[in-house]
Amino acid sequence: MDYDDVVARYEPVIGLETHVELGTASKMFCGCSTEFGGEPNTQVCPVCLGLPGALPVANEKAIESTIRIGLALNCSIASWCRFARKNYFYPDMPKNFQTSQYDEPLCIDGYLDVAVGDTEVRVGIERVHLEEDTGKNTHVGTSGRIHGADYSLVDYNRAGIPLVEIVTKPVPGTGALAPDVAKAYVTALRDILRTLGVSDVRMEQGSLRCDVNTSLNRPGEEWGTRTETKNVNSLRSVERAVRSEMLRQAEVLDGGGTITQETRHFQEQTGDTRRGRSKEEATDYRYFPEPDLVPMAPDPEWVEQLRKALPELPAARRVRLRDELGVSAEDMVQMGNAGVIELVGATADAGAPIGEARNWWLGYLAQKANEREVEPAELPISPAHVARVIALVADGALSVGLARQAVDGVLETGDDVDAVVAARGLQVVSDTGALEQAADDAIAANPDVAEKVRGGKVAAVAALVGAVMKATRGQADAAAVKEILLRKLGVEG
Amino acid sequence: MTDLTRMSASEIAALVAGGEVAAVEVAQAHLDRITTIDSQVHAFLHVDTTGALEAAKAVDTARANGTVLGPLAGVPLAMKDVVVTKGLPTTAGSKILEGWHPPYDATITERIKNAGIVMLGKTNMDEFAMGSSTENSAYGPTHNPWDLSRIPGGSSGGSSAAVAAFEAPLSIGTDTGGSIRQPAAVTGIVGHKPTYGGVSRYGLIAFSSSLDQAGPFGRTVLDTALLHEVMGGYDPRDSTSINAPVPPVVAAAREGAAAGSLAGVRVGVVRELSGEGYQPGVLAAYDAAVGTLRELGAEVVEVSCPRFEYALAAYYLIAPSECSSNLARFDAVRYGLRVGDDGANSLEEVMSLTREAGFGPEVKRRIMIGTYALSSGYYEAYYGQAQKVRTLIARDFAAAFERADVLVSPSTPVVAFGIGEVVDPLTMYRNDLCTLPASLAGTPAISVPCGLSEGLPVGLQIMAPALADDRCYRVAAAYEAAAGTLTIPEVS
Amino acid sequence: MSDAPATSDGHVTVGSTDTAPSAPAGRISRTDVAHLARLARLAVSDQELDVFAEQLDVILGAVARVSEVAAADIPPTSHAVPMTNVYRADEVQPCLPREDVLAGAPDVEDNKFRVPRILAEEV
Repeated sequence: MDYDDVVARYEPVIGLETHVELGTASKMFCGCSTEFGGEPNTQVCPVCLGLPGALPVANEKAIESTIRIGLALNCSIASWCRFARKNYFYPDMPKNFQTSQYDEPLCIDGYLDVAVGDTEVRVGIERVHLEEDTGKNTHVGTSGRIHGADYSLVDYNRAGIPLVEIVTKPVPGTGALAPDVAKAYVTALRDILRTLGVSDVRMEQGSLRCDVNTSLNRPGEEWGTRTETKNVNSLRSVERAVRSEMLRQAEVLDGGGTITQETRHFQEQTGDTRRGRSKEEATDYRYFPEPDLVPMAPDPEWVEQLRKALPELPAARRVRLRDELGVSAEDMVQMGNAGVIELVGATADAGAPIGEARNWWLGYLAQKANEREVEPAELPISPAHVARVIALVADGALSVGLARQAVDGVLETGDDVDAVVAARGLQVVSDTGALEQAADDAIAANPDVAEKVRGGKVAAVAALVGAVMKATRGQADAAAVKEILLRKLGVEG
Repeated sequence: MTDLTRMSASEIAALVAGGEVAAVEVAQAHLDRITTIDSQVHAFLHVDTTGALEAAKAVDTARANGTVLGPLAGVPLAMKDVVVTKGLPTTAGSKILEGWHPPYDATITERIKNAGIVMLGKTNMDEFAMGSSTENSAYGPTHNPWDLSRIPGGSSGGSSAAVAAFEAPLSIGTDTGGSIRQPAAVTGIVGHKPTYGGVSRYGLIAFSSSLDQAGPFGRTVLDTALLHEVMGGYDPRDSTSINAPVPPVVAAAREGAAAGSLAGVRVGVVRELSGEGYQPGVLAAYDAAVGTLRELGAEVVEVSCPRFEYALAAYYLIAPSECSSNLARFDAVRYGLRVGDDGANSLEEVMSLTREAGFGPEVKRRIMIGTYALSSGYYEAYYGQAQKVRTLIARDFAAAFERADVLVSPSTPVVAFGIGEVVDPLTMYRNDLCTLPASLAGTPAISVPCGLSEGLPVGLQIMAPALADDRCYRVAAAYEAAAGTLTIPEVS
Repeated sequence: MSDAPATSDGHVTVGSTDTAPSAPAGRISRTDVAHLARLARLAVSDQELDVFAEQLDVILGAVARVSEVAAADIPPTSHAVPMTNVYRADEVQPCLPREDVLAGAPDVEDNKFRVPRILAEEV
């Protein structure tokens, strides 16, 4: 199936459901620690274990974070709402109901504007609500997957972690850009969440989870039946999942078939979706208001304070970058496409000149991201790190080459820039005596190259520069070395 | 020395505090009584001899060291087995929790222990607090000390019988639809259901979350009040706990008894809580009790609460709905019974087999009714509607409380019936007719003995507005002072 | 779920504008009971199905009375003393020692709760 052909004949409608693990210190309804990676079943109490007699008490910070998320997404905050029980049986659920919100979410009816190229799309936000996470099942058997497993093991450390669910309204009219819009939305959402400081939003760690809904319809017809795709664990997967689902649905529809409303699973390896185990009937969760908790009625003054105290959100930052810092429209588009607007802005905020910040993120760092097959924002290096590197280069403490080595070091070790520089001995050799000596050595060792340069082939000096760089373990400033060599060879640079 | 087991809690507390008798001696006397009589009564599921004597010893040591003791230090108590007690078996009267030892204490358990009260053991109950006769216990019924062939009421039948059989002067029960008041009435003792939120539910194995309340039993109003003050009060671990001081129930009990008069108190007789389905003997004893209140100077008025008629229907929608969800956690995964794990059965099968084997029929009925009532398409008509009826019942109370300070009714329409006599579920549910309205409204209500019918005790229910538990105790104490406490016959 | 119409047993239901939407009178069948039992994870036996169907039918018939009450614009009550905004601070408290967590477990492996093979997929 040809994608362009599909979007010529069909219109997609997409929707996204995102679950965010909040970075609170304690769980949603009890005081157990939320720290990641603990020994199994060591962060559990009567409440999150679902022992008979245990009762929940709501985490105020989680509620505050949810409201802040809603405000950042331009939602209305409920003046009165409740938790509800979502009843179903599953071993990772200690109570066999999840305390969540049903028809009374904390935040409703907002929007998030996302940029794709030079198009801006308004993604409507249906609701933002608060719930608790489940424990973790490990399936033991030949494949480690649930199908064909012999038995399972359950760890409740994660049971009860606060989870915010953000549901978009359906987004029609994106045409061929649907996959990009989906990815841009998740990217933008993730950036907002990171800016708010409510979660570390690491998709690869599961603190940000996405389900994508896709449907197709022929132009002029009603929206088609949608499918839900789960197991979308990275920004690239979001884009690929939408694209592949559009292609799959088009093929079915072209063949005269109908789309079944079902849950599908994204396959990382192949990039397509596979149907999940179909359920006999839609699950009836028998929702009712949680009687062990009392309603929430956020004080409007408190909400207003939270609104005022919101940090500069990415959208506003973009406007400021464009206007105050004089970033050109073309640059905005280029940075947007590379997904680095926030990063550039944050790097500039950390003190770097905007041009340098842009160059690094669009240049070396974008290259590194590509090599690792991740988004630039997923690189384990922060805007603050990058600003520091830029500053060191500006001071002359690092050459560009050394700066790249420093960046590599941060990416590898996660240490901060100065620590990497010290550990690897990255230092511009500014001792001109040593450089002069190294230059003389290089000229002596490469007489034919030296002759060429003397003869007018200035470009050939690069080989000598290389030799000096090698001799100084890359720690010389290449531009300075070139100058010295040319001078010694009696040539104008 | 009078038999320690015949004394009231306040008498025992005074003797212990005054050093006239050791708490260990008190505990031993009651443990001996249990050994003598409980094979016939079967009030207890577990007797904690070691723990009780240790707790009693600690009281004696504290006293010897000059520590000021709490008002009930050294007094023995029986705890309904729906309350979680660390390290002690807690079954909720069910097979599904047979052998389970909770790793934590309920808040009220902690409060009892901290008060130096000596917990003798855990008492029998209808399974998961569902029932009015304690016949739904998976461990066999409890027998009414007044007549061993009869039920002691339920679901707190074990706690009530323990006090009525002089096995303990105090006990704790829970009341969801009447499970403290009705057993108190049919065993001839005092039992109080606090304002909802007045006593912590943390550690109460949940039946119906918006209705459950733990409460005190005693043979006198004062004893009951003393226990109420120890149990009650705000608990940050229970989100539905009221952040306010315990109403002054002990002072009210004392004043009620001392005043000897109810002049200025308006007593509302609830028209709807009478009539068809009420035994004539019960109504006669009740009328006599109202007469006594009148003689004490109360102004007796008739009030009408028309929506009380729907209380049974609303309750038997709300409680099963909530319990169908509360009992979902019993799934053979983390604790309790596991049946059918033969290597071939799936988890779903093991869960279903376990729950089938572990739950009794009443529990299953209520789970299924609750599942039905919450189903999509039925929620609005059933659970949703029942919650609205609840509001209307609360409004009927509010209107009645404008004309009366307390409302009265019989505690239950019939006296203790024979074990095995009532098999039809609906007939059993009707034991709760009088008690359900206050449960649904969350308002406090006490049952105090008001005479006999055919030799069996009848209870007078006194209801008050939310947070006015003290009013219940004041009127009950005044009545008790005037009418005298019942003489409970020896178990034979 | 049975969708038989409400029976005319003297209750005012359909047609009256100020009563609640009527709940189907308890015409609950064996199949309905089997369905409920499955939802509630109860392996109810064949004999029990009939007994329960009859009993539930009667009980549901009685509780359906709630629909007689005009309650269209009445707010529901779940707490007698209405409260809002009961929260706790985001502070870590000690949790249960692992031995206590696993002590009551029917089956444990690798410090986790071991359960037989799960059929249904994670939701």
